[in-house]
Amino acid sequence: MSILVHDPGLETTVQDTGRFGHYAIGFPPSGALDSFAYHVGNALVGNAPGAAALEAVYLGPTLEFTADTVIAVTGADIPATLDGEAVPTWESVAVRAGQTLAFGQLTGGARPYVAVAGGIDVPAVYGSRSTYTLVGMGGFGGRGLAEGDELTLGDDAVSPRAGRRLSDDDVPTYPEIAELRLLVGLHSYRLTPDSLERFTDTAWKVTPDANRVGYRYRGAELEFVPREQPFGAGSDPANVTDCGYPVGSVQVPGGVEPIVLLQDAVTGGGYATLGTVVSVDRDRLAQTKTGDRTRFVAVDLDEALTIRRDRAAQLDRIRTALA
Amino acid sequence: MGHTITAKTPGVFYRKPSPDAEPYVADGATVAEGDVIGLIEVMKTYREVKADAAGTVSTWHVDDEDEVTIGQELVELDT
Repeated sequence: MSILVHDPGLETTVQDTGRFGHYAIGFPPSGALDSFAYHVGNALVGNAPGAAALEAVYLGPTLEFTADTVIAVTGADIPATLDGEAVPTWESVAVRAGQTLAFGQLTGGARPYVAVAGGIDVPAVYGSRSTYTLVGMGGFGGRGLAEGDELTLGDDAVSPRAGRRLSDDDVPTYPEIAELRLLVGLHSYRLTPDSLERFTDTAWKVTPDANRVGYRYRGAELEFVPREQPFGAGSDPANVTDCGYPVGSVQVPGGVEPIVLLQDAVTGGGYATLGTVVSVDRDRLAQTKTGDRTRFVAVDLDEALTIRRDRAAQLDRIRTALA
Repeated sequence: MGHTITAKTPGVFYRKPSPDAEPYVADGATVAEGDVIGLIEVMKTYREVKADAAGTVSTWHVDDEDEVTIGQELVELDT
């Protein structure tokens, strides 16, 4: 039982929940950028949580299935077809041997996910099947899919079944301006109060430099409080003495073009962290594309923790409803 | 009859393979289906934009180095 890749789409990779426990030695977690779409996909096809799925961006892959199976397309708003016939997204669909899944032009969001009963079977590296392309590790050969690849399916299927559908209320919508909730800190004191305000007042535009490593934005210039360069810090006003970077943290080298670090990013360095996008909203970020606008909304730690608990409860409820 | 070539990904559109090269297609040139008419740079990679019909280049809707989004009209062909 396998999947034949006829067209890889764009930077389509094998991803799971991520590779944890090695951050301190410089391993970012990788894993599905839109964790909600990924988890719901596995629940729809009846996989154990954590089964590996496919993540694409902007362009979906064209995939032929060599045996009967069950799949679900989640994430971005994108038309999907099986042998040319439209199939619903956010719903598990039966696939017959020999059928080909293809995608049309994306109309909302940025990243479609394909979950397959059993999961994608690639060797787990440091406990994860996620692809970390920068060092060529994990996933399928440590790289994005290519035409002619043949993916093997795994045995993570618990109860594969077609016709499971995510309730409409739980299907995410992708508004014109994404709002990302931000826990301000660790080094927000380095920005002038005006600039910190400007950061949350600006509708930032996603630049073409926006991938699994990070998203770079344009829209305003930010100023740092003048200071004496501390021991161990670089000379850029945005520099601090080296520290660990939280996944989702925001830095502004030179005061222009803020960068949100994502699941494939460097794990530490010497740029001031203005704040960190709450983990739940990295899902929304993952569904924004170059040219889209994004606003950052400040929340406090209690709100951030509530947002995380609410998402965990929502996923539990969805898994129960779909079981 | 006309045909419009649209962007399949967002990014920066280039009419030339490199800054000091000639454009892939000159105004008024004839292209065959599958001919490269430009590049879109996104996520630090360049993807070729190919003509999905044959025709004669009539009107450009974007300039060299413009940022484009998915589905944006790039160029009209007279077919």
